[in-house]
Formats: sequence, C-alpha cells, structure tokens
Amino acid sequence: MKRRSLLATAGAALASAPLSRAFAATVVGVTATEIKIGNIMPYSGPASAYGAIGRGHVAFFKRVNEQGGIAGRKINLITLDDGYAPPKTVEQARRLVEQDQVAFLFNPLGTPNNSAIQKYMNQKKVPHIFLSTGADKWGDPEHFPWTMGWQPSYRTEAQIYAKYIMKNAPNAKVAVLYQNDDFGKDYLIGLKDGFGAHYSKYVLKEFSFEVTDATIDSQAVSMQATGADTIVTAATPKFAAQMIRKVYDMSWKPLHFLTNVSASVGAVITPAGVEKAVGIITSAYAKDPTDSTWDKDAGMNEWRAFMKQYLPEADVTDGGYVFSYGACTTLVQVLKQCGDDFSRENIMKQAASLKNLVIPTLLPGVTINTSATNYHPIRQMQLSKWNGKTWELFGELIEGTGA
Amino acid sequence: MDGFIHQIVSGIASGGIYASVALALVMIYQATHHVNFAQGEMAMFSTYIALTLIQAGVPYWAAFCITVPVSFVIGALIQRVVMEPLAKAPVLASVGVFIGLLLTFNSVAGWIFTYTLKPFPSPFGEGKPLFGGFVSRHELGSTAVTLVVLLSIWAFFRFTKLGLAMRAAAYNPVSSRLVGVPVNKMLALGWGLAASIGAIAGMMVAPVIFLDPNMMAGVLLYAFAGALLGGITNPLGAVVGGFIVGIIENLGGAYVVGTELKLTTALFIIVVVLTVKPAGLFGKTLVSRV
Repeated sequence: MKRRSLLATAGAALASAPLSRAFAATVVGVTATEIKIGNIMPYSGPASAYGAIGRGHVAFFKRVNEQGGIAGRKINLITLDDGYAPPKTVEQARRLVEQDQVAFLFNPLGTPNNSAIQKYMNQKKVPHIFLSTGADKWGDPEHFPWTMGWQPSYRTEAQIYAKYIMKNAPNAKVAVLYQNDDFGKDYLIGLKDGFGAHYSKYVLKEFSFEVTDATIDSQAVSMQATGADTIVTAATPKFAAQMIRKVYDMSWKPLHFLTNVSASVGAVITPAGVEKAVGIITSAYAKDPTDSTWDKDAGMNEWRAFMKQYLPEADVTDGGYVFSYGACTTLVQVLKQCGDDFSRENIMKQAASLKNLVIPTLLPGVTINTSATNYHPIRQMQLSKWNGKTWELFGELIEGTGA
Repeated sequence: MDGFIHQIVSGIASGGIYASVALALVMIYQATHHVNFAQGEMAMFSTYIALTLIQAGVPYWAAFCITVPVSFVIGALIQRVVMEPLAKAPVLASVGVFIGLLLTFNSVAGWIFTYTLKPFPSPFGEGKPLFGGFVSRHELGSTAVTLVVLLSIWAFFRFTKLGLAMRAAAYNPVSSRLVGVPVNKMLALGWGLAASIGAIAGMMVAPVIFLDPNMMAGVLLYAFAGALLGGITNPLGAVVGGFIVGIIENLGGAYVVGTELKLTTALFIIVVVLTVKPAGLFGKTLVSRV
C-alpha cells in the first residue's frame, strides 16, 4: 500500500514536471500555460497602508496577462495577507511553497517578516526575490543565495550621505540619531563604510533610542551639546517627526539628513510642521508621483496610463503604486530572460544577471544591475531637499560604496 | 553646563507627561484597587475623539470640555458592562480583561483613525520657546494643567464626602455597603474619573509625541514607574514620582548609563521600589486584615 502511494506520487511528480527529467533543475509552479507566483503583504494590521503595493502587483500582472503573458504563459499571482505579523508570514510562506506550489516568492513586505522566512526559503531553495524592505541583509549571496532585495538598502543610503558630506562639507561635525534595531544600525554601518578611515574625524557621537521610548528630546539635547553642525536621523516616522520639531524648537539649524523611510510628506513632514522641516535632506531613487517635475515624463505617463486603466479608484499620490510598478517591471525582465527554462535555479540565475536595466518609474540614470556576487539591484540615489512645499531633487546621482 | 540644565528641563517636560498619566493610574487604583493596563489606550482613544471634534471645526477648549465628559461616560460604561460581571472574580480575570481592553482600544483606534501619525494642536500656542529657549510654551502649559488636575484630585479625595466614599468603596467594599455607600456606583464613578483624567493627559501628551494608536505604549511604562515610585495611593506622590522618573531618565541616559539603557532605568526603578519600599516614597502602607 505504502509503496503504491509512493509510486503514484512519483508518477504525478514526473507528469507535472516534464522539464525536470533531463537534469537536476527543479521546475515547480510553472506549466506550459501558467507561471504561479507567491506574494505576502500586510493587507490588514498596523502596516496596512502598504497593501497598496500588493494591489498594484495584482493590477500589473492583469495587464501582463491581457497582453499575452510571458513566454506564452499567464501569470498567476497569489497574494496573501500576513497582517505584518512575522509568525503569520511564516504560515503564509509555507502555504505558498508547499500547498500552492508557487515557483517563487516575489516582493513580500517587511524586514521582520522577511527575516522570519529567509532561512526557510533558502533551505527549500525557493527564490525569494525583490523584497519590499530596505534592510541590507537581503544582499548576502554567500549565505543566502536564494534571497535578493530590490530597493537601495539603508546602508547604501547612509553611504551616500557620507559621500555627500565628505565632498560638500569636509569640515562637518556629525551627530547621529539611530533607532536601536536592525534598521537604525544599518545606517551606522553605512556611515562607517562611507566615511571609511575618516569616520572618527567626522562623527562626534552616535545616539540611540528605543522604539518604546516616549520621546527623543533628551537625545536631541545631547546632540546639540556635542557641538555638531550636521545630523543624520535614522528613525521611523513618529521619532523623525519629533526630531524635526525638537531641532526647530531648540533654534538649532544643523544640516539635517533624514532617512527616506521617514520622508513621507503626509506621515512625517506635515505632522512635524512643513516650515520646520525646511532644508532637510533625504534621498530618492524613484520618481515621486506628487512631484510636478514628472508631469510630462514619459515613464510616469506610462505609469499614469496604467493606473487610469487598471486601478482607476486608487490614490495616485500613494508612492506604493510607483514602487509596485518598478518591482513588477524588474520581475518581468527576469522572466523574459529565463527564455523557456523556468526552473527555480534559472529564475534565480536570471535575477542575478540583470544588466543596466532601465525602469520607467526610477529616477533618470538609475539602472538595475545584479550579478552572482551583487544582490543589491538598485545602488544609486539622488538627494532631495525639502523647500517648504515639496522635495526638490538636487545634485547628481550618487552611488553607494562597496558591493 | 547649558546642556546639563537643558537635560533637566527636558526631563521635567517628559516627567510632566509621565505624571499626568500616572495620575490616571492613581485615580483608578484609589477607586478600584486595580491598576488598569488599558488606561493609556483609553486616553489615546479619548484624544482621537478630541481631534475628530477639532477637525470638525469645534474650538480647542470646547473640544476639550466635550471630550472629558464623553470619556467619563465611556469609562463608566466599561465598568458597568465589562468589569461589573467580574466583581467577584479573581484578580487575574480582571488583569485579563485589562489586557483585552488594551488590545481592543488599540485595534479599534487603528481601524477607525488609521495608523498614520497625526499632529495634535496645543492650546498654549506655538510661539518662541521661553526662558532662554529651554521650555516651550506647551511644556509650561501642560505642566500647569497637570498640577491643576493634581490639586483637584487631592481636594476631591480629601475634602468631599464622595471622595471619602470612593476610597472606602475600594478599600473595603463589604463594610462600605453596610454603612450605605453604593459601592457599584462608586466603582463606575472611579472608572469615569480615571478615564477623564486620562483624556486630559492624552490631550496634553499628544502635541509633544504626536498622536497614533501606539502613542501611549512607551509612556504608560514610565508612568507606572512614576506612580510606583511616588506611591500609587497618593496623587501628589505619583506626580512627584513622574517628574523624578523623567529627570532620572534624561540625566541617566545622557551622562550615566547611556541612551541604550534609558528604558531599563525605568524598569529598574520599579523593581527597586517594589523591593525596598513597596508603598512608594509618599504612599501609606495599607494593612489589610485577612
């Protein structure tokens, strides 16, 4: 009895995976007519605003399918809700991999959420690509060859600030405020990469805070007391808004670099006070849908046309849709490069073989490059300054240091 | 030196935040002999009510005056609907309910008002900071409000019959009932007052730390430390405790243990007080006959 069921399973596996007969490559979730892709998003819970990204994905692949699919196959995107809770992410990832048998996971959202499934995905050798998080650890092909990020990492961003400071303010005295977790510490590491041997010359002192703290006032006071004239704030929106206001209230006017995690006009700048944030510098890699610079931009027109046709009800000022469009366009390129070999090995290989890929929603000049040793697809950013009304891009594209 | 003074002043300002929430904790403890873990979330919810009113065009002080009684009703209703059936249940059951309330208020607020950070106006105006840039108008104003609330509570418990009846109802429900104190009404009143004080605290805190459903999570912990340090049976003690915790936290964070151990300092205070002087600095040691 046992043997017969075993044989039956083997037979079924053979029948469903004709491509895998010849060599060791594993084809799962791809048939002659379909490519099955998994995705996990916080459609409910505290981070549910990011659910827009998932809705963008669904609309995007609807368009891909209407235009004939990829290599004659329709995309079947299964997107599940984890409520931004890592245990739930694990459950959904297992469901997608074991029950739904998807070819790979695309763009699951959240640093703690992806941390929770990274080991599992790599053990199962299922591609876990273009994650919706800026942690630096997604670019570690040596230890996690099946995981790859997409957006510039926090570390890259910090490297870029350091580069800018060294070039434009060589006598700067820097104080750093960072959140005492993976996110905040990535910035410290990035600043250390960027300043290199000059780190101690530039950085007077680093100040940490816990997400459970009520305020960062004490840290702000200490930072001013160090005599710093430049500050780098690596804080989530609530503390970033507090910092902007406290610095203003202390009548302190340092050159202020703010993580782009907290550059949201609605969630940070407006609550803190638009006039209090004037002069703050952050960085961007994608076009801002609210920036009038891109009103006649071909890439953004393409995006707007897509939004109008496939997501007519959606809020077009929500950057989540721009993000989604960029990530999906990158994925389409990977699938096209796969040719007719949709084994997991080849999908991962092609994800790591992107060369000077231009994405319509990214800033002009930003290109996507990956290789077997570079799992950081986007590594260029441009700085932008808050002028009281909007973020204004300035200067050239700056590329992060190191790999 | 400037930095040192600034740290102390900033500590007093955060201490004022902790003190105002600590007062609500004292209130509920005086009235029910329980510490309500959901106090912070109820205050946060009241603050959203105030914000909704203000956004609808109601002037600040009018919104303030509406929010406080509305919060009173919500507090009293919770006691009537949720707590009363548990009157004879063990303490652990109440603790379970408090945690349930905490989660409920948090999620409902997120659901109705979203998790996006919202600015909350200060009634004391923006303006330039006072006293050489050390104190903002709001810090000064909110500290004054905390002191007024403190005085009212103290006077209420000290000089009014109702205050006395409430203390009696919490301390010894059976005897109180025998001498004619309507114990259940007193408990509902206590919940209502605590919710009102929480609402005031929330409205004073929100302009400083911004309003979002998780606004009170951090504050409540420090408020506990403050209330325990000063004595959870004594409103004055709780306020003094709140200020002390604020100052210790700031000075400790800036000069002694470093910013990473600021929160640990608050927890350390709780443990030390509970071991050395469980009644707190100003608290009376209550002896219950068993």
